[in-house]
Amino acid sequence: MAAMKNCHNDYKMKFSVDEEFPDLSQHNNHMAKVLNKDIYSKLRGKSTPSGFTVDDVIQTGVDNPGHPFIMTVGCVAGDEESYEVFKELLDPIISDRHGGYKPTDKHKTDLNFENLKGGDDLDPNYVLSSRVRTGRSIKGFTLPPHNSRGERRGIEKLSIEALSSLDGEFKGKYYPLNGMTDAEQEQLIADHFLFDKPVSPLLTCAGMARDWPDARGIWHNDNKTFLVWVNEEDHLRVISMQKGGNMKEVFKRFCVGLQKIEEIFKKHNHGFMWNEHLGYILTCPSNLGTGLRGGVHVKLPKLSTHPKFEEILTRLRLQKRGTGGVDTASVGGVFDISNADRLGSSEVEQVQLVVDGVKLMVEMEKKLEKGESIDGMIPAQK
Amino acid sequence: MASSFTRILSSKRNVGILSLVGGSVAAGFLLHREHVTAGEPLRRRYPASAEYPDLRKHNNCMASNLTPAIYAKLCDKATPNGYTLDQAIQTGVDNPGHPFIKTVGLVAGDEESYEVFADLLDPVIKERHNGYDPRVMKHPTDLNATKIQSGVFDERYVLSSRVRTGRSIRGLSLPPACTRAERREVERVVVDALSGLKGDLAGKYYSLTLMTEQEQQQLIDDHFLFDKPVSPLLTCAGMARDWPDARGIWHNNEKTFLIWINEEDHTRVISMEKGGNMKRVFERFCRGLKEVERLIQERGWEFMWNERLGYILTCPSNLGTGLRAGVHVKLPRLGKDPRFSKILDNLRLQKRGTGGVDTAAVGGVFDISNLDRLGQSEVQLVQTVIDGVNYLIECEKRLEKGQDIKVPAPLKQFK
Repeated sequence: MAAMKNCHNDYKMKFSVDEEFPDLSQHNNHMAKVLNKDIYSKLRGKSTPSGFTVDDVIQTGVDNPGHPFIMTVGCVAGDEESYEVFKELLDPIISDRHGGYKPTDKHKTDLNFENLKGGDDLDPNYVLSSRVRTGRSIKGFTLPPHNSRGERRGIEKLSIEALSSLDGEFKGKYYPLNGMTDAEQEQLIADHFLFDKPVSPLLTCAGMARDWPDARGIWHNDNKTFLVWVNEEDHLRVISMQKGGNMKEVFKRFCVGLQKIEEIFKKHNHGFMWNEHLGYILTCPSNLGTGLRGGVHVKLPKLSTHPKFEEILTRLRLQKRGTGGVDTASVGGVFDISNADRLGSSEVEQVQLVVDGVKLMVEMEKKLEKGESIDGMIPAQK
Repeated sequence: MASSFTRILSSKRNVGILSLVGGSVAAGFLLHREHVTAGEPLRRRYPASAEYPDLRKHNNCMASNLTPAIYAKLCDKATPNGYTLDQAIQTGVDNPGHPFIKTVGLVAGDEESYEVFADLLDPVIKERHNGYDPRVMKHPTDLNATKIQSGVFDERYVLSSRVRTGRSIRGLSLPPACTRAERREVERVVVDALSGLKGDLAGKYYSLTLMTEQEQQQLIDDHFLFDKPVSPLLTCAGMARDWPDARGIWHNNEKTFLIWINEEDHTRVISMEKGGNMKRVFERFCRGLKEVERLIQERGWEFMWNERLGYILTCPSNLGTGLRAGVHVKLPRLGKDPRFSKILDNLRLQKRGTGGVDTAAVGGVFDISNLDRLGQSEVQLVQTVIDGVNYLIECEKRLEKGQDIKVPAPLKQFK
């Protein structure tokens, strides 16, 4: 596609770097740590073919200074090319966020569920539910911070076509946000499937809530174990979930479903955005690589109050969240435990860490229940 | 002429040349739509019909007037600075509105927006401003406060008086579209000019990024401090970007003349005081505004103004005078009377709660101000408020004595 002229950016170039450079003195996010006048100066004259600029990339990070304890990313991609055109800014951010991942590193993709060992025997007395999610972007379309109504509708249309052709355990139905009945809405809320218009300023400042709820919707299979969000923070968010601890089954369904969907998109000449350096390309740099968060809701009332809980999680390469998801608190000693990594290890490797780590933590919990010590069980750094 | 206009940029001297070419009137003339060169046409992957927004659930002026045909005609255009139709209407697409309250649903990113997108903006302006047709009518500007008659209210009823307006600096983009550099330039130009004010108008600037905690607390206590906008009507239009960079508040030492910088408009100018002396409030308002205008002109700048639309501001609802003159007035009996709304309507007044727009009245105290902005001058509108509030107070007094009140005949729209 020929590069389009970005009038507004050309106009901006009349002002000097000093005049335009954002005030990041109060900021604590990855973008603010990396961006300096030198990088800004090199990148400000550039535009991706669809017209996304460095100011577009960083707006969310400028508008949201962040928190002293929680380091947000502070930037987004507007299209696949953003990661190339703004390499000088994004590579160091990716490195900071993903444990030192280098611009020359290669990312391994492995969606072969048979490579997962175990995972079918997590104790359901402790593990209440299991879930794996990822995101996918459709090649040839720009991403949620930048896409137009026409593009977003095009994505929805393609997605509906692809998803409606699924059968067997994947047979299901699409519910557009703009057009679902009250009854359907109630059911989706009761099933914990319905997503809302983003209220987080991290997302709204990046332009992801524009034109809501136009071309947004939810697809799920009749069994309610496989779910796809269309046009929320990414083109697609794909979720496999079920009650209990059979992560093996959840992951198998995840891999099989994803690959079926991918085949259909490829047939329409719109495969998924992927490259061998960054893996799957998504809106937020934190989700590059696998974009995978595999996790469980698990009862760990004793372990969670143990002084070494955080250290154990870190060594197992896991993170905890409350049962409402990111930035929520745990309720009744039940935690959402999932993989911390996204880029630099494969899907199988990440889910393996969850399976092995949760198994170990449940054993620790049982030991603590009996009043025994877990000092001998503390794992080495994975 | 068109070419010298289209490259209006940050250089103050260039803008100065424009005003030498005949002052604001000529500059205003240059902004006639035939003379405005639109920016480069946009790349479109999808036809206009695929991009046209879904407005079926919407109730705002943009949605009422944006037909698919108008969208198709304008969607590929951009102003010389690159502002597009999609950007202008985004706030109206994102905020469907309320069945009872009709918002405007679009904003201007720069002065040229009103020309390049006139096919949409003219009907919106006409609807919002009660039939004012920018294609054929002229807007009168009159800041001669000596023309005001009476204007000192009964202070048993009127607790405070206030007049506000906005002003935009010609040559710099408006808050929905401005870059950080432009916003900082607005701050620089205005603060520099304000430092030239003397006498009862002399004062000080408080930058939002640099103010001390003490200064912040004082400004809150004085009810001067404005916050980062939370209303989605404003945030969806991009007005809160880069907050609080280049935002601030200036006020005179007497705390009767106040200017907000880079909130919803380049500047909001407010004259206020406790009590009922609206005449004095308006006198200070006019004097202050003229002084500020003189000071920026000395430095080669000017306000955005033309004779079709008066003063150019971000929201089309604030065109013309951009003026809201109002009082906080105790009307506990009248406020409960079923005829209250009709009386206000006929007097061309509106009521708000004491917290401003979209708040409720507390203790029978109402914020009463003019409804109109465009098509009548500042003097005319303030006189309307004065006459109207006096009538309301009369009604309240009559109700106190158990006497009946009358709904007045409706005032004529455009004088």
